[in-house]
Amino acid sequence: MTSAENILERPETPRRTRLQELWLLFKENRLAILGLVIFVLFFSTAVVGVILTSGEDPVFDPALIRLQEKLLPPLARPNLETLAHGEAPRLGVYLFGTDDLGRDVFSRMLQGAWVSLTVGFVAVGISVLVGIFMGGIAGYFGQSHIKNDQVIITVIMFAGVVLLGLGKEMAGVVLLLVGHASIVLLLVSKRIFRKRTPPKWLKMLHRNAISLDTIIMRLVDIMLCFPSFFLILTVVALLPASMYNIMIVIGLTSWMGTTRFVRAEFLSLREQDFVAAAKALGIGNFRIIFRHMMPNAIAPVLVSATIGIATAILTEAGLSFLGFGVPPPHATWGNILSDGKRFIFDAPWLTWIPGTAILIVVLCFNLFGEGLKDAMNPKLREK
Amino acid sequence: MNHDKDPLLSVRNLKVYFHGRDDTARAVDGVSYDVGKGETVCLVGESGCGKTVSALAILGLVPDPPGEIVSGDILFKGRNILRLKEVELQHIRGNQIAMVFQEPLTSLNPVFTIGNQIEEAIQVHEDLESKELRDRCIRLLKDVGIASPEQRLKDYPHQLSGGQRQRVMIAMALACNPDLIIADEPTTALDVTVQAQILNLLRTIQQKAGMSILYITHDLGVVANIADQVYVMYSGLIAEKGNTEQIFSQPRHPYTRGLLASLPGRSSRGKRLHSIPGSVPNPSHKPGGCPFHPRCASAVETCQSVLPDMCDYGKGHLSRCPVIYDLERQEKSREKRGD
Amino acid sequence: MFSFIGRSIIQKTITLFFVSVVSFLIIHLAPGEPSQVDPLNPKFTPEMVERFKKEFHLDKPLYMQYIYFYKGLFTGKIVSWKDNQSVLLKIWERFLNSLPLFIVGTILTWTLSFPVGIRSAIFRGGIYDRSATFLAYLLISIPGFFFAYILIILTVTVLHVPVIGMETFGLSTYSWPPVFMDRIWHLLIPSVLGATGGIAVLSRYVRSQMLEVEGQDYVRTARAKGLSSEQVHYKHALRNALLPFVTMFGLILPGLIGGSVIIESIFSWPGMGRMAYEAILARDYPIILTVNFISAVLVLAGTFLSDLLYLVVDPRIRL
Repeated sequence: MTSAENILERPETPRRTRLQELWLLFKENRLAILGLVIFVLFFSTAVVGVILTSGEDPVFDPALIRLQEKLLPPLARPNLETLAHGEAPRLGVYLFGTDDLGRDVFSRMLQGAWVSLTVGFVAVGISVLVGIFMGGIAGYFGQSHIKNDQVIITVIMFAGVVLLGLGKEMAGVVLLLVGHASIVLLLVSKRIFRKRTPPKWLKMLHRNAISLDTIIMRLVDIMLCFPSFFLILTVVALLPASMYNIMIVIGLTSWMGTTRFVRAEFLSLREQDFVAAAKALGIGNFRIIFRHMMPNAIAPVLVSATIGIATAILTEAGLSFLGFGVPPPHATWGNILSDGKRFIFDAPWLTWIPGTAILIVVLCFNLFGEGLKDAMNPKLREK
Repeated sequence: MNHDKDPLLSVRNLKVYFHGRDDTARAVDGVSYDVGKGETVCLVGESGCGKTVSALAILGLVPDPPGEIVSGDILFKGRNILRLKEVELQHIRGNQIAMVFQEPLTSLNPVFTIGNQIEEAIQVHEDLESKELRDRCIRLLKDVGIASPEQRLKDYPHQLSGGQRQRVMIAMALACNPDLIIADEPTTALDVTVQAQILNLLRTIQQKAGMSILYITHDLGVVANIADQVYVMYSGLIAEKGNTEQIFSQPRHPYTRGLLASLPGRSSRGKRLHSIPGSVPNPSHKPGGCPFHPRCASAVETCQSVLPDMCDYGKGHLSRCPVIYDLERQEKSREKRGD
Repeated sequence: MFSFIGRSIIQKTITLFFVSVVSFLIIHLAPGEPSQVDPLNPKFTPEMVERFKKEFHLDKPLYMQYIYFYKGLFTGKIVSWKDNQSVLLKIWERFLNSLPLFIVGTILTWTLSFPVGIRSAIFRGGIYDRSATFLAYLLISIPGFFFAYILIILTVTVLHVPVIGMETFGLSTYSWPPVFMDRIWHLLIPSVLGATGGIAVLSRYVRSQMLEVEGQDYVRTARAKGLSSEQVHYKHALRNALLPFVTMFGLILPGLIGGSVIIESIFSWPGMGRMAYEAILARDYPIILTVNFISAVLVLAGTFLSDLLYLVVDPRIRL
């Protein structure tokens, strides 16, 4: 046995890093693990799928139209006599049947996996980036105010640029000159009046107009006034249809939640002692934000991001249903699902297969997200 | 048979374990204590030694899961209340045994008025008309020393100060004239002056009503002030037990001695304070044998492997340290032999 | 308290103003012309197009259009470009159609979510909780159209309940009991469809709130006083857990103008959602902007109501 002195230090449980703790907690939630497993499967399917279905002569061709083979149920044998060479399905049977243009549904699903994945990730990526940026500024620099004079100068400069853009060069240039002159005047006046008290009208210019926090939160409020699906629908209907437009639009309309989370976290973190300590040590603002505060604030963002991916995939399906999804011939699961609605009773597999696939993938993201949330919530942990 | 001699409450060999993910915390590991009628018993120990858990177990308030009462008996007025069903326990809670908790702000429901919560404490067990109810509440508030009780009835918890809230908690506990009050560090969250007032209040009430008090604390000063019997707890076990005089003048456990020596006082002014080296063991990973041995200056070989039983010094003074017991016996026999 | 109300109203009005500007800009800056004004549209002769432009001030600069448009909105004179009917009247009609759907859906959602959520929390980890949780996840994850399809198949083939439209054609000549029954049948599936998603989300939220409250100290105190389990859960815990939901009540308001486009399309229900959707397709700006404006008003009113309710209900925040 070790001597008494060695046991003076408390016999510790094996030390765990925070990540390991998180993982252990997460592991207990079986549904969440299931979610993770399915996500990995989905991800690999998507990657494999896009490899197998793109290029000139893909392994599985999603775009090959064979009108004579249309609307075949799953596991149907191809009618080899009517097909040209190279048109027969790779596996010998139509694994998921064919759609109304004779295209192999299995290939389309493979191709669609990648698109659905991309739409989800890119859209959420955009919304998370915007959200973190806005929320971070609001939370950390929120109390900084914009002064009256800064507002006036900004308006002058902005108007100048707009006028330039509209072709009124003279007026535009004049305004820009006025703007720059004001800036110089401002700086000069600050130096002159450092020792003496400035006159009243100058003091008014220096007063606080509005805080950064208020500006950003008002922006969030404005965005929230638009019913999200309608907003997306409006923009998507008015813009030319393309996959990228959809991703960008979904991303730009769903950053509000993330902003709120990040702002709330930053507000509470900012008051904590470790920030004051870092500042006392002379560490610069940005370093504090990224190295110290961000890791703490990331948690709710991560949770809302996984659930956001699920929502984005569902939104894309909804848009496709209404005819505004990713344009053909690109296959997305939402596309296939919506194409199938015309043949509900004749070819139910065209609805069941993409529908179930979407259901499973979205479900797995939701389970994964909730599992993360429960694992990171200290209040729900057992002692 | 003189029933007054039988203790009102008797905790016998209680074991309460908490089951974690991959380990089990043995919070209470074989604890026994008695509270007699009209007695004030103090349960002393540092944070994490299991004193609160043992008290919660009395009222069946240990969260299950993850907690589990593994073994032991708790006899109250002769009945084993560990065996009682929930409904029967509800009859005892608040009525015969009442509890005052540590944090008065979070222990009071923020959306109900003070009056409401005190009235509820009464209504659960007794059937009174509303006027009687209200009068009783006002009287209770007066008894615990709250000024203008009629106005206070309509206040919400957040409108009162910490001291007032704790008095309200005590009023709630007294509402049905219980035989035993369990006070779990009721003054830890309060200022020292308020602490003194609360202690005086408890003492007055006890003298008036003949109530027993089980007072849980880590503050030896409080113990010296109010205790009749003292139980010192360490790492889920009773280390030493005795009356106030015995514990303070003749401590017979290294832990108790260390605690007393650590108290800053006039005699140690200007000198380095004594502190017990090391730290409290993790309830899931206790050292073998006597739990205190890693920090004990008097430890011997057997202390590492054998969990000692309580040694009896007579007149109700018990201690779980055979080393000191043997030492004293040797001293005594040497004296007898004449030196 | 009144200063809070005053400040709130001013802030919300300013936000409303900005919303009106932003939505106006979005519509007008989008590429493409409204069909009526599209010179390529064969239906309209150039003269008609000219006349149209003059009448709706489309030849004036943007800020003038903005003023004209909102003047029309507030005086009620604003007309749809598609069929020249008053926009407000059209919206009102469709609103009345959507209303029963909305009411039934909301009642279903709120009356079912709470018992489910509360029970799940009290018996956490039990069979009820686990199955309710799984069902909730399923409902949140299913694509709307797919779920509708399953429901339709079920009800049409098994229960023989009519599905399409608001009423059976030709039934209105009958006396009111069968007409009423008929309306209810038609209302059933779309409402259930709309409600299930809401129930799934709300019940999860109720559950998590209850769980958080159940762990609080005052619940332990209540138990220590000798209260019965029912009193502990339903009197002490629930009252605190419900606080945030009272405020959510105010947020139901924006749902009035909502109306799910998808549900209405599937069931051919002539509601608000469909109207807005068709307006978007046809670039019927007046309708789009009006709907947008009304929806913004409702959102702001809803949040205002929520804040007010929160003040009333939580004694810690009394001003």
